[in-house]
Amino acid sequence: MAAASAATTSALEPLLRSLRLKTKQQELLLRVSALALIYVLAFAVRLFSVLRYESMIHEFDPYFNYRTTLYLTEHGYGEFWNWFDSESWYPLGRVVGGTLFPGLMVTAALLHRLLHALSLAVHIREVCVLTAPFFAANTTLVAYAFGREIWDSGAGLVAAALIAVCPGYISRSVAGSYDNEGVAIFALLLTFYLFVRAVNTGSLAWALASAFGYFYMVSAWGGYVFIINLLPLYVLVLLVTGRYSQRLYVAYNCMYILGMLLGMQIRFVGFQHVQSGEHMAAMGVFFLLQVFFFLDWVKYMLNDVKLFKSFLRITLTCVITVGTLALGIGTASGYISPWTGRFYSLLDPTYAKDHIPIIASVSEHQPTAWSSFMFDFHILLFLFPAGLYFCFKRLSDATIFIVMYGLTSMYFAGVMVRLILVAAPAVCLISAIAVSATMKNLTTLIRTKSKSPQTTSGKATGSKAAAKGAVDQPLPFQHNVAIALLLGAFYLLSRYAIHCTWVTSEAYSSPSIVLSARGHNGGRVIFDDYREAYYWLRQNTPTDAKIMSWWDYGYQITAMGNRTVIVDNNTWNNTHIATVGRAMSSYEDEAYEIMQSLDVNYVLVVFGGVTGYSSDDINKFLWMVRIGGGVFPVIKEPDYLVNGEYRVDKGASHKMLNCLMYKLCYYRFGELTTEYGKPPGYDRVRGVEIGNKDVKLEYLEEAFTTSNWIVRIYKVKPPKNRS
Amino acid sequence: MAPSLHSLPTTVFLLILAVAVASAAAAASPSSPPGEDGIRVVAAEKRIDLTGPIVKVFLTLKVQNAASASEASYVLLAFTPTEVQHLAIVKATRAEGKRKKKTYVPLPVEPSHLADAPNGASLYAILLSTPLKPAETTTLELFYVLTHSLEPFPAEITQSESQLVYYRDSAVILSPYHVLEQATYIKMPSNRVESFTRVDPTSRSGPEVKYGTYSNQLPNSYLPILVHFENNHPFAVVEELVRKVEISHWGNVQITEQYKLRHGGARHKGVFSRLEYQSRQSISGASSFKNLLARLPPRVHSVYYRDEIGNISSSHLRSDSYKSELEFEPRYPLFGGWHCTFTIGYGMPLQDFLFQADDGRRYANLTFGCPLLDTVVDDLTIKVVLPEGSKSPEAVVPFLTEQHLETSYSYLDVVGRTTVVIKKKNVVGEHNVPFQVYYEFNPMFMLAEPLMLISALLFLFVTCIAYLHMDLSIGKSQAS
Repeated sequence: MAAASAATTSALEPLLRSLRLKTKQQELLLRVSALALIYVLAFAVRLFSVLRYESMIHEFDPYFNYRTTLYLTEHGYGEFWNWFDSESWYPLGRVVGGTLFPGLMVTAALLHRLLHALSLAVHIREVCVLTAPFFAANTTLVAYAFGREIWDSGAGLVAAALIAVCPGYISRSVAGSYDNEGVAIFALLLTFYLFVRAVNTGSLAWALASAFGYFYMVSAWGGYVFIINLLPLYVLVLLVTGRYSQRLYVAYNCMYILGMLLGMQIRFVGFQHVQSGEHMAAMGVFFLLQVFFFLDWVKYMLNDVKLFKSFLRITLTCVITVGTLALGIGTASGYISPWTGRFYSLLDPTYAKDHIPIIASVSEHQPTAWSSFMFDFHILLFLFPAGLYFCFKRLSDATIFIVMYGLTSMYFAGVMVRLILVAAPAVCLISAIAVSATMKNLTTLIRTKSKSPQTTSGKATGSKAAAKGAVDQPLPFQHNVAIALLLGAFYLLSRYAIHCTWVTSEAYSSPSIVLSARGHNGGRVIFDDYREAYYWLRQNTPTDAKIMSWWDYGYQITAMGNRTVIVDNNTWNNTHIATVGRAMSSYEDEAYEIMQSLDVNYVLVVFGGVTGYSSDDINKFLWMVRIGGGVFPVIKEPDYLVNGEYRVDKGASHKMLNCLMYKLCYYRFGELTTEYGKPPGYDRVRGVEIGNKDVKLEYLEEAFTTSNWIVRIYKVKPPKNRS
Repeated sequence: MAPSLHSLPTTVFLLILAVAVASAAAAASPSSPPGEDGIRVVAAEKRIDLTGPIVKVFLTLKVQNAASASEASYVLLAFTPTEVQHLAIVKATRAEGKRKKKTYVPLPVEPSHLADAPNGASLYAILLSTPLKPAETTTLELFYVLTHSLEPFPAEITQSESQLVYYRDSAVILSPYHVLEQATYIKMPSNRVESFTRVDPTSRSGPEVKYGTYSNQLPNSYLPILVHFENNHPFAVVEELVRKVEISHWGNVQITEQYKLRHGGARHKGVFSRLEYQSRQSISGASSFKNLLARLPPRVHSVYYRDEIGNISSSHLRSDSYKSELEFEPRYPLFGGWHCTFTIGYGMPLQDFLFQADDGRRYANLTFGCPLLDTVVDDLTIKVVLPEGSKSPEAVVPFLTEQHLETSYSYLDVVGRTTVVIKKKNVVGEHNVPFQVYYEFNPMFMLAEPLMLISALLFLFVTCIAYLHMDLSIGKSQAS
């Protein structure tokens, strides 16, 4: 700019000078444009799924959310709130309005209404598909603000950039992944940010804002329990480390009381804030804070150490006794409910395996493998400890919070795969501190000429060599080393960006309804069998038909097939699911009786033997046996195994070869040649020739099989006439 | 001649007879329509084409006006009540000139209420361009289409059976006139003819059955016949089709077609076996169909094919300079009685369809009917959404339709778009003829929406600037 102005005539010079930005303005412009670009990037990177496939809802749970949102937009809020859904859990039904977190649906419906008010005639499906990317983009803004609050605006920008593409977060927020987590992570981070802000400022307004953030979180996701336990833990840690302040007192009390009252307004949560064991920690800390405040006041008033000590002893004994008594009586009388199985399984990873097979059977509830940590965090995994180091170096209320958030969420991420999502923002923030602090130090090193004798306060260390510590006098080649380290950091960050893009496009953008594979000539082959079957159900079965399938497909059948199902993904009634598991693992005549008692008209099974689609019902079958056997001891797992081995070929057990699931999957499969050079009836998933090729059905008949045999639907014949 | 005594009664009798005849003639004359009494059908030939799911009838009538009668301006045609119910279209042409100079002039046909026909039959009048003079003869070529006239029997079939249907008609032509000589030919799709009614002389050669020649049939004669034969053609019936045509003066015509399709043939019963269907394609599910062909205008772009639950990836588009052909498959093969619904959408360049009329109005020249080949549309609705700000719309359709106006809202609409809704029942391929929608439009309205967007953005930026330059904090005055 300066060169350009020198070349021009002197008349233009004052004008140009007036246009030139001040350094502060330049910085602001840079910051805002960087943030805007990050915002766009966070949104755009999540659109891979739309480009690769189409604008559609993904997976299982999002179909339920979509269906309820559709209901909400069509019938209005009042009816949605009181909705009794008779299309699922036949014959029990489900009180939908009272058993879901309405935050997501209400958000999407409001967005839809807003767009229509601006006369943008968007279909509700498009709104639902793009809700998660939109909120992910908003999360980057919150991450920026949070980063600025705990470190500086540079760290905030880096945090925003890191979280925009972090695969751990993208996995749950691509376009079409219309699930609670999509908005909940935004709400979670917002609540934390507002709370930290409230603690830092001691302002009631921020505490109030944080209570509303918490309310939104409660309305959106069951993961709010994490907030309501982390915040008291944080307060406790601050108390123990002697960092108690009036600011903390104001922030926590306001946030807890208002947040609790607001949270109670959600029907699904109700009085759990005062009745459930999972929420008791927050209440305990609340009372503790009052006691602490009271003691502080007494200490100030008494002005006598000895007197105060004896007073302290008496009060503490009283308080502890009263607290324990209240908790004991509450638990014993059943007023305070004990911890739920899910909560236990978080604290003890082996709990679910032994006690609740239905939780253990879900793949996203498995303990996390190291590879998936690497896959979802990439370099953040190494930057995380470095960031922790920086946090400990500059300890403040805010950094203590982020350290605690990072450590606890990392633990939970290790227990359950899906909780990597909760850890992602913390890991990004802490890593951002590491990156930002290192970069800042390196650049100051480069800027201060190596000749100048003054000592640089920065730490001339790379991200990996962070432990080297500060140096008082310039080292030889300091300048060059700093440049090399900077280039190295740049290289690492660019690898991160490349990795994230690759992971997003390859791994996390598949809708799992439509399957795609590479054909033998390299072209893309689409298997659209799920929708083929669901649409067939929707169009060609009686509207009151009841469909029995394993619970995985329940939400999809009700949403896409518009038919009544026996069980679905809201696994609230274990016995009902076990009944279906029992029917699937019984002989046909026994199963027929169960199906008659449930008024089943059609049975739907998923079978991958023709295409090699491995997550089919035969591979899930052992879970059906386990869940069925958990309630009905007639079903015994060893009956289906041979020497502890699960097989479907000739060596399989008699019960396995003749149970309903086997028959339905392999009906007439024995006549089909699936692969050249293999005998007919060759199962491409298990890689064996099936054991029972002559499957005869007595009580059911084939009603529909999709073009690649992935979904097979059977009709239950009406009972025979008694002649 | 000497008068005799017994001659008087004879004279009286003759007189009475004459009066009676005269009065009878007088009594009869009001019921017989004028100009018709002299018409005779000298020769008639009826060819019924039953090879597809739709019945097509070609009728050739050689009509003669009696020497004594007056000029005839129309010729009547009779249909039974069931035929009227299923009658989709009637077309008539008249051969003019002789031999090599022969030309066919299309004639208008309209329902006639001039005369009553027996047993609830309805009459249609073919209005002649030049009246038929006494003793003149002319040849009329008639063509009409009957839908839903093939009744599947048995009404339910399994996957391995082929579809048999009944067709009911008359061996002789139902006509309000004397028919001197006539023959009826029925053409079926294959040699497999289960049975047919014999009304001698009747003969069959391969897939064709001939009734006749019959001579000298009285007016309104009817000899019912029943033919039972194999017809495995896809009985695709569009129960409901809503076509939405959105005209944008920015250069695009967007068409959205919502189909509700049904296989109208014999109902599928029992098992559907994918194995049978895949391995023995020729005999298994012979009457089912799995793909459809839509003929779209040339230069279509951004074609999509989807349904309520998402995109359907099995479609192919072939384009040349005369037409585009979209071949697509429903999600599953359609067996008798199965339904499927889907949506097809495409855009077309505006200059191919929008023109300016001589009086300054604009008109869109669009095609009526359904782009699917060989299908019946039970209920067709065409909505022509004109750009916002259009005035006095008027649709010109060459046949009778039900029309009304409504207002629809789309992106950035303030007052809404005027929409011309045209409805017609029982539509077949012969209805795919151009129709026009005339309207007045001021090009200034084209700028309304861009200006709205620009001003909204401007407002946003101005607010941002204003916000950045204002100091809204309360405590500052005290601090300073």
